[in-house]
Parts: sequence; C-alpha cells; structure tokens
Amino acid sequence: MALRNIIGKRIGNGIGLVGRRSLSTATCDVENRNSKSMNLYSAINQALHLALETDPRAFVFGEDVSFGGVFRCTTGLADRFGKARVFNTPLCEQGIVGFGIGLAAMGNRAIAEIQFADYIYPAFDQIVNEAAKFRYRSGNQFNCGGLTIRAPYGAVGHGGHYHSQSPEAFFCHVPGIKVVIPRSPRQAKGLLLSCIRDPNPVVFFEPKWLYRLAVEEVPEHDYMLPLSEAEVIRQGSDITLVGWGAQLTIMEQACIEAEKDGISCELIDLKTLMPWDKETVEASVRKTGRVLISHEAPVTGGFGAEISASIVERCFLRLEAPVARVCGLDTPFPLVFEPFYMPSKNKVLDAIKATVDY
Amino acid sequence: MAIWCRVSSRTIANANHMRKFINPASGLSPALNRGRPLFSDGNRRHLDSLPRNRATRVWFQRFKSTLAEKQQDSFLSSDSDEDLQSLQFPGGKVSYTSEMNFISESSETRVPCYRVLDDDGELIPDSHFQQVSEEVAVKMYSKMVSLQIMDTIFYEAQRQGRISFYLTSAGEEAINIASAAALSEQDIILPQYREPGVLLWRGFTLQEFADQCFGNKADYGKGRQMPIHYGSKKHNFFTISSPIATQLPQAAGIAYSLKMDNKKACVVSYIGDGGTSEGDFHAGLNFAAVMEAPVIFFCRNNGWAISTNVSEQFRSDGIVVKGRAYGIRSIRVDGNDALAVYTAVSAAREMAVNEHRPILIEALTYRVGHHSTSDDSTKYRKLDEIVYWKNARNPVNRFRNWVQSNGWWSEQQETQLRNSVRKQLLEAIQVAEKAEKPPLSEMFRDVYDYPPSNLEEQEKHLRETISRHPSDYPSDIPV
Repeated sequence: MALRNIIGKRIGNGIGLVGRRSLSTATCDVENRNSKSMNLYSAINQALHLALETDPRAFVFGEDVSFGGVFRCTTGLADRFGKARVFNTPLCEQGIVGFGIGLAAMGNRAIAEIQFADYIYPAFDQIVNEAAKFRYRSGNQFNCGGLTIRAPYGAVGHGGHYHSQSPEAFFCHVPGIKVVIPRSPRQAKGLLLSCIRDPNPVVFFEPKWLYRLAVEEVPEHDYMLPLSEAEVIRQGSDITLVGWGAQLTIMEQACIEAEKDGISCELIDLKTLMPWDKETVEASVRKTGRVLISHEAPVTGGFGAEISASIVERCFLRLEAPVARVCGLDTPFPLVFEPFYMPSKNKVLDAIKATVDY
Repeated sequence: MAIWCRVSSRTIANANHMRKFINPASGLSPALNRGRPLFSDGNRRHLDSLPRNRATRVWFQRFKSTLAEKQQDSFLSSDSDEDLQSLQFPGGKVSYTSEMNFISESSETRVPCYRVLDDDGELIPDSHFQQVSEEVAVKMYSKMVSLQIMDTIFYEAQRQGRISFYLTSAGEEAINIASAAALSEQDIILPQYREPGVLLWRGFTLQEFADQCFGNKADYGKGRQMPIHYGSKKHNFFTISSPIATQLPQAAGIAYSLKMDNKKACVVSYIGDGGTSEGDFHAGLNFAAVMEAPVIFFCRNNGWAISTNVSEQFRSDGIVVKGRAYGIRSIRVDGNDALAVYTAVSAAREMAVNEHRPILIEALTYRVGHHSTSDDSTKYRKLDEIVYWKNARNPVNRFRNWVQSNGWWSEQQETQLRNSVRKQLLEAIQVAEKAEKPPLSEMFRDVYDYPPSNLEEQEKHLRETISRHPSDYPSDIPV
C-alpha cells in the first residue's frame, strides 16, 4: 500500500483525502498488535503520553502546550500529568531551550516544543553552543541528553516565509545533536519515543502538512524505532531516491508514475539526518548506479548537498549519472508562488527520467 | 502618598524574619501622581530619608505568589482627590487616572548599596549582618588570599608562554569567596567565568586548577577547552562555557528540577554587568520568575565588559532595578565587602529555597585586572583608576582588617599562608606541565554518548594521516 494513499494529494492549496489504507510496510517491522487509525498529531500525542507515563521525570513545555498546542500535539497531557510537568512557557525560544537544557542536565527528560521551526533561530545559540557541546566540553561530567526539541516544519500550502521553513540543514552541521524527521504517524510515534529516550539532545522536526492529512494504523503500545537507520520503503533497481518527511509522499507518487514508463525506483526514507545512515544509501546506489535527493529546503547548502558529496566520494565509479537534487528554490518561502517553489511530483519525475536517460 | 500594603498568606509561615530586608518603596514610583505636572518625579520615595548606615527595617511587604491575576490593587489612601475606580484586564485589576503621567526613567536617587564594613574593614555601627565564626572567617580570608595568589601565578605562567590563556578575578575576591561561603554544598553553581573562587571554596585543589589550565590527562574536561573553563560535578559546579549569559535560562531549568525533586537547595548563577545586556538575561530571569524557580542571579557589576564601561552598557540604574521588571526581589550590595556579600547571599538563599522564588543580587565592584591575558586595559582606562581600586578599595585587605581586629589572624599567619600557597601553586604547575596530555582518542569521545560511524571513520583516516606526517602534529599528545 502506497504512502500516497494515507494522505490527501497535495494539489496546490487543495486538500483531498484519497483514501485511508495502511502504509507501505516493506521493512517496517513494528508488529501490528492493537492498532488504531490515527493521524500524525494524534500519534505524536500518544508518544508524549507514553513518554510521560513511563518516566515520572519527563516534562513537556513550550508556548501554548497546556491547552493542547496550536497543532493539538499536546492534548490531554496537562490534565493527565499536571501543570508541574506540562506547562506553558513565556514566549521566548532561547528561554525554552535554555530552560530545557537545564532540566535535562539534571537527568530529566525535557521535551521542549518550538511552535514553528521558523522560530527556532533565537534558540540557535543554546542548541549549537550549549546543548551540542554540553557533554563534550565537560569531559562527560555533565550532559543534557534528555533534551528533545520538537518543531513543526515544512510547507503547508499557505504558510509563506514564516510558517513553512525547513531548517534541518542548519542543525545537521552541528556535531553533538541528532536531527530526526518522521514521514508518517506510525514512524513519528516510534521515532519520537526513541528521540526522547536517546541519551543525546535531539531536534525532531514534524511535517506539519501531515498533522491531519496523514492517517494510518498506529500500534497503541509503547514501541521505539531505531535512530540513524534509514529505511528502504520501496524497492527498485534503476535509481535510488533519498528523502525525508512529507517530501517522501511526493517522491513516491513520482516513483509510481515512473514505473509506468518502465523505470524501477528505490525510495529511501533517511529518517535520521544526523548522524545519517550512509551504509543503507550506499548499498542502494551500488545496486542502482543512480541517485536523486529531494527536499523542500532551498537547494543551495541543503542537506542534499551533504548526501550528494558523500555518495560521490563512496560510489563514484558506480555512478552512471550525476547526483540529482530536486529541491526548493533559493528564495524565501513564497506565498502565492508556493506551487512554483516546491519540488513537485513532476519536477521529481523529470529528474528521474533525465538521470536514467543520462 | 499611599504605601503599597499587601499581605501574603504564603509567606507568613516561612520568611517572617525576612521581612525586615524587604523595602517596597526603593526608588520606584507608584502609578499615581496627584495634580502634578507631567514628567514629575515628585512622588518618588526619597531614599535620603533612610538612614544610610542602617539596614532598612520596619517597612515590609510580604509578597503574594507572583501570579498577576491575584494582585489586589489597594491604594487605600483616603486623601484621594481622584477617581480610584479600578478596571479589570487580563493581567488583573488596575486603577485608572485621568491625568497623564509617565513614570520617570529613573529614580531621583540610586538604589543604595548594602555594606557593613567601611573601607578600612571596620564594622559600621548598627549594621545588620550575619555573624561568621572564627573558623569560617579565617577560611574565607585564606581562600581570598589563595585566589589572589593563584591569579597572580597563573597570569605569570601565561605570560611565560606556559599556558595559552588566563583571566583573573582580581578585585572580586570577596564576591567569589563570600558568596560561596554562604551556600551549601548541594547548591548548584552555574558560573560565567570569573568565579573560580567558588570552586576554591568548595575544595577544588590547586592541582586541579592547574591541570585544566594545562589541558593535561588529569583535566576533567579532557583538554578540550581553553584554560579557566573549569567544571566539576563533584563540586556541583557546571562546566564554564565562553558564550555570555547562556547559563541563565539553564539555571532556571536546573532550579525547577530541584524544586520538583523537593531538594533543599538552590542554583546560583553568576553574570557580569555586560552579560545583562544579552537576551539570555531576560530569558533567564523571566523564566525563573514565572516558573517560581529557586535561583539566585548574582550579577558582578565590575564596571567593565572588556573595554566597554557600564555607561555604554545600559541606561538604567545598574542591574538591581531590573529585578522588579520581572517580579524578582533584588538587592544591591557592596561586592567588596565580604560580610555584606555573605549576609545577602545567605538571606537570598533562604528566600529562594523556602519560597521557591528567584532573587537578584547586584554586587558592585571593580575589575582590577585586565579582562584577560589577551587584554591591556590601560588602553581604555586610566592607570590611577586601576591603582586606586587595587589599593584603597581592596576587598582582601578590608576583610583582613576585620578578621584581625577580632584577633583571628596575625601577620605571621599571613606570611605563612602566602608562602605556602605560592609554593603549592608552583609545584602544581610543575606537575601539571610535565603531565601527559590526554590521548588523541579523547578528541572523538563524548560528542555523543557513543561515537557514530562518521566519527569512527574520521578517526581511522586521521590516524593514517598522522602515521604519514607525524611531524605535523604535537609530539606531547599520545596518539
């Protein structure tokens, strides 16, 4: 069952829920015990409930989280776990992350929410200079591994400059933190629980586009998905596609259409961008000889550049064509021009064909 | 003029004896201004009416929980000739006035500075302060002397090229030692970088200081950071980082954790005058106030942020007045008076721990040394200013006089102590200098809890490079 079936098709600003069937589970090995159909924000909500249930020293905080959050990810937490553990903070991202670092440094699980990834920058100093270096600079006397920063990211159809950004590349350049991006509800729950329990500070970007639109069967129990392990979500032999988050839906649509033209595409969800699973991608490229990377963030300096450089280093002689990147343009994320800016299915399809025909 | 009177049920049981330290009227005007011209500060409480040599007493204000909605506006004055009806807004009730008046940008007089020893170290009559025992006083004084000597010798070591960098706490020995002495071992310290005396007080040895400065194998930081970036878990002293003020919101988080764990402990976070301009100062104080976190924000206002004088740093009356902006109780203290610092920190600690509230302490002092070994402060300030503070306003001498006047210290002990510390330091430096550096593998550890594959690859590749070009690399680092 294809990824595209679990979310509405992205047609400019239109939203259409095509159907609700389960996710392609080629390699997803989460056993289907009791599962329930739910969307992304509900899955994240479940993960947070479990995190607070299983660890009395877990806290959830950020702007507006108390009533449930602007995307409803934190619904029910304050009522269930109390205001001392689930609370609103003042409107100050550097304070949210700094406070979270302090909480985490005392052995707590500090789950901080930044309301939109577009607003994470005031916290950049705390993340880069403090969280990422906390363990290293202290000679491992101290650490803030219990810190997880969650932020909605990515295009939403009408978000413009400041509600659509994909800032993952900034954080992938910082040794000491991890960057994780889920593609679907079931992935999000398992990955978020892993991030929360991972003994390193993590930035977890949630594709806001999928909060309501992505619906799938999500196991109700407490499960974790491994970090730094990429997943081949579609097998193929002619070209390897690498992506993460909401963009995978677009890429899968392109793969399906490419198949009609006899092109067999292998699609990889990176899941963890830092540290990323080079081995899985490399193994796939050795099979196909071609690779295409796609992300919403602007192409220049985007994380696709890192993947491209690494693959070229490792697989140069195997490559049949240049590494292709289908990404956002080098502009601030525009409003009315969003359909032009975005790495659409047809742009990806064109690039697949060009790479295969090279 | 109405005095703000509030009664808090919350603090009645707790800090009864604290009330004499709390003056509600210090320098800030109430909102009303009766029939006066615009921009008048006529309604300011005049601090000149307070006897300067006494601690303020009698006036007290018990604070409610800082929740704004619960504040009752209570201008109860009966000699009102204005409308005193109140308006309800989301933040609570306010009274209104039809006269437009701006609150003045500053008080008529500055917030006074709490001190109990005069410049010669004599106790000011009728001073209110916390008595220290002979044992504590002698320990305090000894540590102040040790800090002085440590600074002198490490500074020289840098000048000789033996360590790469150093910065001194000259002039701030009372702040360093007296604040530390007033705390318990469980209180958690988040330093800026000019507070090594706190570590010294807690038992960090001269050898441990030297090891960090030389970045050798024994350095707890494993040679990863510049000198003076100390950190010690066993002493509850978080590792220093160079960015300014980043520790302040972290302090709020740590304090919140202490509160949640019901620990009878607080956090003390230090900051300089310059650091209060950083956004993290605002973030830290605001979070601590809202989260009702037991943290003491200790600002060392030493007049200089490298070459930037406080006149170029802010336009407020120093830092103490900023506390009220966050709903934080604050005090200004003479940072060169060890007894005053000790007393203020003791009182602050009690309030922080028992009432779960942050406290702001502004300690006025002077940075006698250069900013660091990379600075020559005579380029931007007068030499005689430096000399004046070094001699006439020296906190170590001042405290010594007091300790001696109690019969607790002698010239002989002075000489003995100075010689002993100096000798220990020189030995520590010798040992530290000769000690092995940490092995290369330590460069790759602790980035994460376990090294990821990219780091393992890089280490492998680097080792191959080293074997090809060994002369490119320092020979004192075991590969």
